[in-house]
Amino acid sequence: MDVKSTPRYLYWLFCQFELITCSYLMEPWEKVLFYSFNLAMLGLLLYTTYVCLAFHASSAFQLLCSFLGNPRENALSVVK
Amino acid sequence: INHIVHNGGLYKRPFNEAFEETPMLVAVLTYVGYGVLTLFGYLRDFMRQWKIEKCQNATEREEQKDFVPLYQDFENFYNRNLYMRIRDSWNRPICSVPGAKVDMMERVSHDYNWTFTYTGRVIKDIINMGSYNYLGFAQKTGACQEAAAKVLSQYGAGVCSTRQEMGNLDKHEELEKLVARFLGVESAMAYGMGFATNSMNIPALVGKGCLILSDELNHASLVLGARLSGATIRIFKHNNMQSLEKLLKDAIVHGQPRTRRPWKKILILVEGIYSMEGSIVRLPEVIALKKKYKSYLYLDEAHSIGALGPSGRGVVDYFGLNPEDVDVMMGTFTKSFGAAGGYIGGKKELIDYLRTYSHSAAYATSMSPPVVEQIITSVKCIMGEDGTTIGRARVQQLAENTRYFRRRLKEMGFIIYGNEDSPVVPLMLYMPAKIGAFGREMLKRNIGVVVVGFPATPIIESRARFCLSAAHTKEMLDTALKEINEVGDLLQLKYSRRRLVPLLDRPFDETTYEETED
Repeated sequence: MDVKSTPRYLYWLFCQFELITCSYLMEPWEKVLFYSFNLAMLGLLLYTTYVCLAFHASSAFQLLCSFLGNPRENALSVVK
Repeated sequence: INHIVHNGGLYKRPFNEAFEETPMLVAVLTYVGYGVLTLFGYLRDFMRQWKIEKCQNATEREEQKDFVPLYQDFENFYNRNLYMRIRDSWNRPICSVPGAKVDMMERVSHDYNWTFTYTGRVIKDIINMGSYNYLGFAQKTGACQEAAAKVLSQYGAGVCSTRQEMGNLDKHEELEKLVARFLGVESAMAYGMGFATNSMNIPALVGKGCLILSDELNHASLVLGARLSGATIRIFKHNNMQSLEKLLKDAIVHGQPRTRRPWKKILILVEGIYSMEGSIVRLPEVIALKKKYKSYLYLDEAHSIGALGPSGRGVVDYFGLNPEDVDVMMGTFTKSFGAAGGYIGGKKELIDYLRTYSHSAAYATSMSPPVVEQIITSVKCIMGEDGTTIGRARVQQLAENTRYFRRRLKEMGFIIYGNEDSPVVPLMLYMPAKIGAFGREMLKRNIGVVVVGFPATPIIESRARFCLSAAHTKEMLDTALKEINEVGDLLQLKYSRRRLVPLLDRPFDETTYEETED
């Protein structure tokens, strides 16, 4: 088993996934069902991550910009 | 490390037994695997019930659908949905003598293991790591085979009677005297079937009003015999002498449950080698306890007779103890002697009683003469009475093979259960898909192994069980080890965390959580 060759390594990782989740033992239609369910869940997860992270990242960035963009204004407000 | 010797120096040699704990990640992933399979099992059951899929397993008839359901319990669910998927690893048909190498008929399944068809090809010379052939007496050539062939031509194959009626041949008498001499007991009796020896003789020895203290992991034959006898059964933790002593103390102090009368007899049931764990019983401590509390000991040496001890006389010889301390020595001829049947050895009064009152003697057909001759020849070979040193060489070869194989497997990083000196080597697999994958991959590489899952083992602790043999040469073991190494890397089976476990003289009780002493 050649660890250096990436496609072989990825195939080996896929085989480990198959063994752990027992999809190695399933009939082809069960495998299709199982993988599509898994991919659907993964897709949902990625989409939720994208939306949430993007939202939080953009709001954090805006907050950071407001701190950096008007330093004098903030300092004056604190002093006053 | 506080290495306090708790057992008062009863052991003449170090007792190295280890059961490495299941790694947490592996346990979690095993449950994940079982969870996925259970969900798919429910889906398939739903589809079978609503006729979307053809139902190929046994179900009740239409008229019986309103009765109490027969196939709804967990065992049947497991059978339909999990066992069927990996069924091709079991019941493989072999077509040669099960020696060190065996021939197997190839079979394929086109409907996912519901039915099998034979391709007609025979896979030759598969290294046999599954047969209980500890001393290599499963042969089709050699002194044993010639003697058995001669007796076959003299006596025939069938006996056509029970021991008590017309089935007591002079061969049986000769065998029993020989077995008694081999074990070092006064007298012995032989039966046609090893399972029946246990299940039919324990009811003859104990009855209601007696107490049986049985190890947690005893074989089904012992459990069946104990239940058939009608005695009260109490279980002590596996190989745990503190648990056994506590039960003995409670039994002596409190007596029978309602009436508080003393127990008529207390019988301790243990095995020499436990075949699923590979552990050896702590016999010196059991005998010390037995003497202290005046109870009786029934030792089932099915796997250990012939396989342990410097002269092959079993676990009593291994620990260097007196055979007269064990009240009932039982064993089988199936494993190390290459025959079939069982024996019970002990004092003359006991064996004479069993000759009259045992169910097996009264109702079961006696042993077939060629089988008896095979046992006689193999026992004489082990004792050295046939004039050669083959027997002694085999016993030593088995011990060397055991030590070598176990050491190499541990070095590779697998989790191996059991005692250092036991020829039964369980290799932990844990995950259900790996059970099927291991069996298939090893067969592809021409090695036959036995994999075990639920219900023979706890549900997450499935394992592959190797049985070593004196017939295995070092080259065969090296080939096997190389393939096991390869399959272990392929399937990621090297779970061991390699913590050197110090020798624990006291086994687990409720206060130790880890094998390391703090």
